[in-house]
Amino acid sequence: MNFINYLSERPKLTQFGIVLIVFFILMSMTGLYHDLIVERHLFAKSIVKGEIQSSVGFAESMSMILNWQLPPQLVRIPELTFYHPVINTSATYVLIALLVTAGLLYKSFAESVNKSQWLRVNWFQIISKGFVGIIVGLLFIPTLYNWFFGEVTRSTFWEIPMMLQDFSQYLIFEFWLTPVYDPEIEDYEDYGRVRLFTRAIGATLLFLINLVRELLIGGFETVVSLANVFSDQSGWDWLNENKDKWYSSVPAIPWTVLTAGAFILGYKLQGVGLSILAGFSCIYLAVFGQWEPAMQTLSFVLVAAPVSVLFGVIWGVLAYKSRTVERVITPFLLVAQTFPHFAYLVPIIVFFGIGDHAGAIATIIFATPPMIRLTLLGLKRVSPEVLDAGRMSGCHNYQLMFKVLIPTARRDILIGVNQVIMQCLAMAVIASFIGAMGLGFNLLLALNQLRVGQALELGVCIVLIAVVLDKLSLAWANKQTDYFADLSFVERNKTALLFVAVFFAALLFAWFGNWVFADTAKGINYFYLIPHNKGITTEPFWQAGVDYMVSNWRADIKIFNEWLLVEVLMPMKASYLAMPAIATFVLTMGVGYIIGGIRSAIIVGSFMLFIALTPWWERALITMYMLTFAVIVSVFIGTIVGAICVQNKRATKFILLVCDTFQTFPSFIYLIPVIMLFGVTDTSVLIAVIVYAVIPPTRYTVEGLRNVPESLLDAADMSGTTKLQRMFKIEFPLAFPHIMLGVNQCVVFALFMVIIGAFIGTEDLGQEIMQQLFSGGNIGSGLMLGLCVAFIGLAVDHLIQTWATKRRKLLGID
Amino acid sequence: MNKFTSKVAAAALTLSLASVSGQAVADSSKPIVIPIHNWSSQVVMSYVIGGIFESMGNNVSYVPADSSGVYESIRLGDVTISHEVWEGAFGNAYYTAMEKGGLIEAGTHSALTIEDMGVPNFVIEQNLCPGLPNWEALKGCGSVFATADSGGKGVFLDGPWHVDAATGKNLFEDRIGALGLDDEYTYKQTGSADALWAAIDAAEAAGEGIIIFNWTPNFTDSDGFYFIEFPPYFYGCRETEGGDGACGSPRGWLKKAANYKFPKTHPMAYKAYTKIDFTTGMIGQMAALVDIDKMSHEEAAAKWLADNADVWEAFTK
Repeated sequence: MNFINYLSERPKLTQFGIVLIVFFILMSMTGLYHDLIVERHLFAKSIVKGEIQSSVGFAESMSMILNWQLPPQLVRIPELTFYHPVINTSATYVLIALLVTAGLLYKSFAESVNKSQWLRVNWFQIISKGFVGIIVGLLFIPTLYNWFFGEVTRSTFWEIPMMLQDFSQYLIFEFWLTPVYDPEIEDYEDYGRVRLFTRAIGATLLFLINLVRELLIGGFETVVSLANVFSDQSGWDWLNENKDKWYSSVPAIPWTVLTAGAFILGYKLQGVGLSILAGFSCIYLAVFGQWEPAMQTLSFVLVAAPVSVLFGVIWGVLAYKSRTVERVITPFLLVAQTFPHFAYLVPIIVFFGIGDHAGAIATIIFATPPMIRLTLLGLKRVSPEVLDAGRMSGCHNYQLMFKVLIPTARRDILIGVNQVIMQCLAMAVIASFIGAMGLGFNLLLALNQLRVGQALELGVCIVLIAVVLDKLSLAWANKQTDYFADLSFVERNKTALLFVAVFFAALLFAWFGNWVFADTAKGINYFYLIPHNKGITTEPFWQAGVDYMVSNWRADIKIFNEWLLVEVLMPMKASYLAMPAIATFVLTMGVGYIIGGIRSAIIVGSFMLFIALTPWWERALITMYMLTFAVIVSVFIGTIVGAICVQNKRATKFILLVCDTFQTFPSFIYLIPVIMLFGVTDTSVLIAVIVYAVIPPTRYTVEGLRNVPESLLDAADMSGTTKLQRMFKIEFPLAFPHIMLGVNQCVVFALFMVIIGAFIGTEDLGQEIMQQLFSGGNIGSGLMLGLCVAFIGLAVDHLIQTWATKRRKLLGID
Repeated sequence: MNKFTSKVAAAALTLSLASVSGQAVADSSKPIVIPIHNWSSQVVMSYVIGGIFESMGNNVSYVPADSSGVYESIRLGDVTISHEVWEGAFGNAYYTAMEKGGLIEAGTHSALTIEDMGVPNFVIEQNLCPGLPNWEALKGCGSVFATADSGGKGVFLDGPWHVDAATGKNLFEDRIGALGLDDEYTYKQTGSADALWAAIDAAEAAGEGIIIFNWTPNFTDSDGFYFIEFPPYFYGCRETEGGDGACGSPRGWLKKAANYKFPKTHPMAYKAYTKIDFTTGMIGQMAALVDIDKMSHEEAAAKWLADNADVWEAFTK
């Protein structure tokens, strides 16, 4: 009886127990199909070959279930009719409708005091609930019945990728055509206006990128674009004619000048520390011979980041002003959080072409959503008193927004800017798949030659650019104008004057280099521009390190790897694949119900249903298996490391720095050494995922534990707790909601890397997404696959957020 | 006939008319856009071909592009040419783009290619599986080529390029089954060429056997690589062609593709482009300059152009 009491005091635990029991019962009912479903494609293959039926009728299903065997359509939801709702008014369904209505009304009737008056008082409720009963009984249940046990027709859902593909092709090539004269072939061609429009956007971005790039490292594309507009011939003809004139190209600024500029800018914005960071980063880029690709990447970030920030702020403000806008963009923002960036590369190639502009567009799509979210969050947090103060001082709308709201919300908006910069550099490698020049492309080239050392140096360049840009923009935004200083012209402009002086000094220095290096055989002026890969390099050192690891550690690692694969990963993967679809639904929706009630159950269930109806359910299961393993290990390591480091101020600072670095460090680099050590196996993929996904739990644990109120800790100490007691009874419970947000981010990070893991070799959703990229691309499949990945992320996200919110309310934080 | 192909025909017609009338048509000054992929020989060849065009007074620009996605870009005119169309890896994407219209063929290189499973030199030297490269020797060697997750079976390590879009089946899956090797062998698909090279490197360092997908001409040629001698290919033997799949890969072609406007906008450059013809040896040289001599790709191209002026100047005549 004690046990029963124990359970009845904990209803959630009981519910969870029931869900688990049902889950395992269903798991044990796959008998006939068990061997077919533990490998990814066997079930589908057997259906195609006609060895098994894809679905059986109701009566047969029931008899199968009675024989402890799930019918095939509940094991894998194969090809179901999706678009055809069925209405059935036969007696059975009318009875069901009546029963549903009665059930809905039962509580109200039972609780009413005056039974005779009940009908008259509650007439509206009766009609509305009767309506619900009719919908459920005559529409929902017959439709569900037909889905699972009715005639099998090929799912309309499976046609969606093709429909999307056809639609986009129509939009680009056939919709609203206009003849465009091409002077090159002296003929008219029909162009879709949509395509002309997207190309115009692309051209504008490309012009901006080239402008910034050529100011940094020289070139002539900008001059050509300008000549196109301002001369009466085509820009390239103009260039051919004026090739020897001084104004036919933009000269590069010597790296020495830019480096001096970085020192001064850092000093002006914050002080010596930033000055040294910015300056030495520039020196690193130049000395290691990566100046040119670094400036190519920088130019593309300097265009993509401001555009993202601008879009982010605009949409954030619009969403703040209008509920409708907020409602419309919220789902997009949610999906964007976990939508894999690979999935939208193909549509971008089709709509915008390839080149730096395409890379910039991919980056903007990737970087804008966090900016919108943080702007909106910041604006919402502005307290009403501040708004009132603004109104009382007679601000009109514009002033209220730009002088009051945005400056007050600055903290969150700045975090947004920080996120944008991080995201832009995180995309540096991916963007080079669709034509972006710079560090990312060179990194891929280096990796293809297995030059890990060189790739590492390039990766450091990317991190340095990210850190410097981030710190500079933060310092700039935090700089307060001193309105009361009364300074002379020289005092006010001393930095500008200094810069002018240094500019000429550095120019002179660079010019001087002509003599210094005149004798060397290569004739390179190292003070002007150190050519690509002509600087110093530490490559041999890293190469030796990798070689050492492979030749000395591989044997031991192999034993561990074999154990992990055979004893842990392969059984885990097999058990995920062995889950009949219905059991997966019971488990996820059950957990959803326990955490957030019926609403959460339905939300999670809909996400899963979407995936189940696509042709990629098994692949999604494999993605989930890798995700689960990686998240469990990452959270375990992350919280422990975080909890240890937070004990010491210096360690805290250090670990946060490590987190920042690894977040921007291109993950592609560690794919190669990991393959060398662990082979083309799931272990390799998971290690790469964990290295990246361990960042958020660490960071959030540190921050969560740091933010536990001092007074509570003092109270705990006074009550005589030991250090361990204090940690487990006070600090962890209070930091728990924050740590859960870290887990949430961990899921997002892990999903991203699991998809990138396809480069090593997986057979999950990521592989299919890559396959779409390789086979020249069906836009529809790419988008649908992206949605599948996003929905896995969103389902987890929903559960964790709901739980964390409840915990916070319970603890009285927030 | 769709409108693209009719345009192509028109362009070809004008081109032939121009040559008949003996009029020299000048090339447009717009840059010829050359794609750069991520393997050395292709990148060097991009700069070599760019250099040839530049020597003829053309403007050239380079753009990084995915090696399969590039055919759609050529079709749409964002990229002008692709000078390394491998039959096995990109044949599908190439013909799909051609069918949609906008992409034309501009000749074939002399270099013959092989794209098939094989073993690196050290597998033969250390005699890990006696009888290789004959495929029959594979029988009984399964455990030599096993990996941690293969359950004792030998692994054919494949790249991501051999999945049939219609059936979703891998070429080597068919072959293993058709040759009756499926008790002892299985296949595994990596996601990128990088993964293949890393696997070769690691296997050599650890002295483990490995069967891996590779191609020639490639930089691995310099270390020595043996393609497994499967039963010879004939049309109709693969499953997609109606056969059972019990054959090796054909000796493949290496074609050149171009946008359909290229002959019209840059007639001189197009003429040179159709004549450009590299042999296996030349491609090997280009790759070796980068992979062995550790030059940068641009330098390698400049050096190759300087050393082989007699070869490429003939193309421009």
